[in-house]
Amino acid sequence: MTEAKAASIPLAVEFTGGLELLFSNQRKHKIAIPSKKPDGEPSNVGDLISWLCDNLIKDPRKEMFVLDDSVRPGILVLINDADWELEGEDKYELQPNDEIVFVSTLHGG
Amino acid sequence: MAPHICQLCNTSRAQILRPKNHARICAPCFIDIFEREIAETITSTNLFQPGERIAIGASGGKDSTVLASVLKTLNDRHAWGLDLVLLSIDEGITGYRDHSLDAVKRNSVEYDLPLKIVSYEELYGWSMDQVVAQIGKKGNCTYCGVFRRQALDRGAAMLGVGHVVTGHNADDVAETVLMNLLRGDLPRLGRATSILTSTPSATMSKTDSEAKGGEVTITNVKRSKPLMYAYEKEIVMYAHYKKLDYFSTECIYSPEAFRGSARTLIKNLERIRPESILDVVRSGIDMAKLVPNAEGQPKGAVEAVVRNEVEDEAEGGCGGSNAKEVVSEMAQMEQKLRQDERAEEAGTETEIKLPSKVLDGQRPDRDVNPDLLPVAALTTHIQGQTHGRQAQTDGQQLPSDIRTVTIRTKQEKKSSRKATRDAPPPKQKLGQCERCGYLSSQAVCKACMLLEGLNKARPRTGIEVG
Repeated sequence: MTEAKAASIPLAVEFTGGLELLFSNQRKHKIAIPSKKPDGEPSNVGDLISWLCDNLIKDPRKEMFVLDDSVRPGILVLINDADWELEGEDKYELQPNDEIVFVSTLHGG
Repeated sequence: MAPHICQLCNTSRAQILRPKNHARICAPCFIDIFEREIAETITSTNLFQPGERIAIGASGGKDSTVLASVLKTLNDRHAWGLDLVLLSIDEGITGYRDHSLDAVKRNSVEYDLPLKIVSYEELYGWSMDQVVAQIGKKGNCTYCGVFRRQALDRGAAMLGVGHVVTGHNADDVAETVLMNLLRGDLPRLGRATSILTSTPSATMSKTDSEAKGGEVTITNVKRSKPLMYAYEKEIVMYAHYKKLDYFSTECIYSPEAFRGSARTLIKNLERIRPESILDVVRSGIDMAKLVPNAEGQPKGAVEAVVRNEVEDEAEGGCGGSNAKEVVSEMAQMEQKLRQDERAEEAGTETEIKLPSKVLDGQRPDRDVNPDLLPVAALTTHIQGQTHGRQAQTDGQQLPSDIRTVTIRTKQEKKSSRKATRDAPPPKQKLGQCERCGYLSSQAVCKACMLLEGLNKARPRTGIEVG
């Protein structure tokens, strides 16, 4: 029986509104990211975004997802079905099995 | 972080932060208030008549899907008795429109609404893919906009509908306001910020669609934007929480469009101060009130304009054009303003000459009350749109034998609408386009002009020698 905290956090991420194009045309992904940053702080949504850019994004057009270390303006982020602005935006510390949804609004209506 | 509680029901966990007022509410409360606000917009502006037949411009995208869903819900809930149909335009853009039309078909089934699809190919003989192949990617949005404008009207005529609704949201209107500011096109602001616009449209009798001598009935096709005060973010959230099925990809030609720059500005602004979007819309509405219309008075909300609706769609769409035309108009306006200011300072009354004849099929001036206050400024002659005054031919001093006109600085939407209705109908040279019979104040309508350009340049199959 391990006593140490899990080294990675399992998460369910979903991409809609056209973003799935950047991620192998797949809307839902089950991933696991390191539970701590290199400096020992718990991983937050900002880290998740960096991790996605480095590991999951398959399309070279990263600028459709991120801009200057954060999501591009016009992309909504839902943490467990709630607006991330209510949870601290990219400072929210991830919990195991959190559901993060990225919805793009940048397309014709 | 401790979860917030919904500020409306004080029971459930807050899931949404509303951009317009930073309210924290749960999803059910959000759906409820979103629908109620749209209903309020519709009833307070008397947008619909009971039993009216309404065509919903449906592209399969988020805005039109939400529009169809909300209208259907509200129609049933409040028993407005509206007769709703879906009207879709196929521009012939592969990889974009063909997929979104599938979404519209699914919507049609899900909301149990009849669907009519009108294509550029059948209307004009050109699909947008063919147009772009011909003219490239700059200015193609203008073609698309002009064609779509006519296509929607014709589709509406085919359905026997006098009112088309589109899913334009607050972000769209804010972008349009900015775009027109950036291009110095204030007169267009009035139409862009009106929730309801009305233009005369020609419907041809079915037997005579080709013959020029066909019977043409002129009806008023109304256009409105019920979602005009709804944030794009909230529309997406509504669709998300109600699990609505919509299609989401950018038009493949849109990256070149000028609107993209305005959109980037708006999105960055939203990040810092989300209320700005609705504030820009309201500023646009207020600015539009200051722009003079045909009677020499500031524009109210509802205006009937013929020719420029066509260009309107082009501008309101993705691309940009008419820059030169607009720059020279602005230069004239600025000159006028300077002259008027000088006159004011000098204590001399500024008076404006009113032309005595009709120019270029524009409206003649209405009756003017000479007892009214002098004008401060804001006079110009803009091509294709009448403001009831003649531009100074050489930009020199204003002649002294002119009458004064009034500018009403505050104007209620309703009273101006009433004024236009009660006033005698404007003498407008409404005719038919020589080519297609569509209503136009010009001999050839804009769509036909564009088509002529396209067809002339169309590569021939054989090569002529000698």
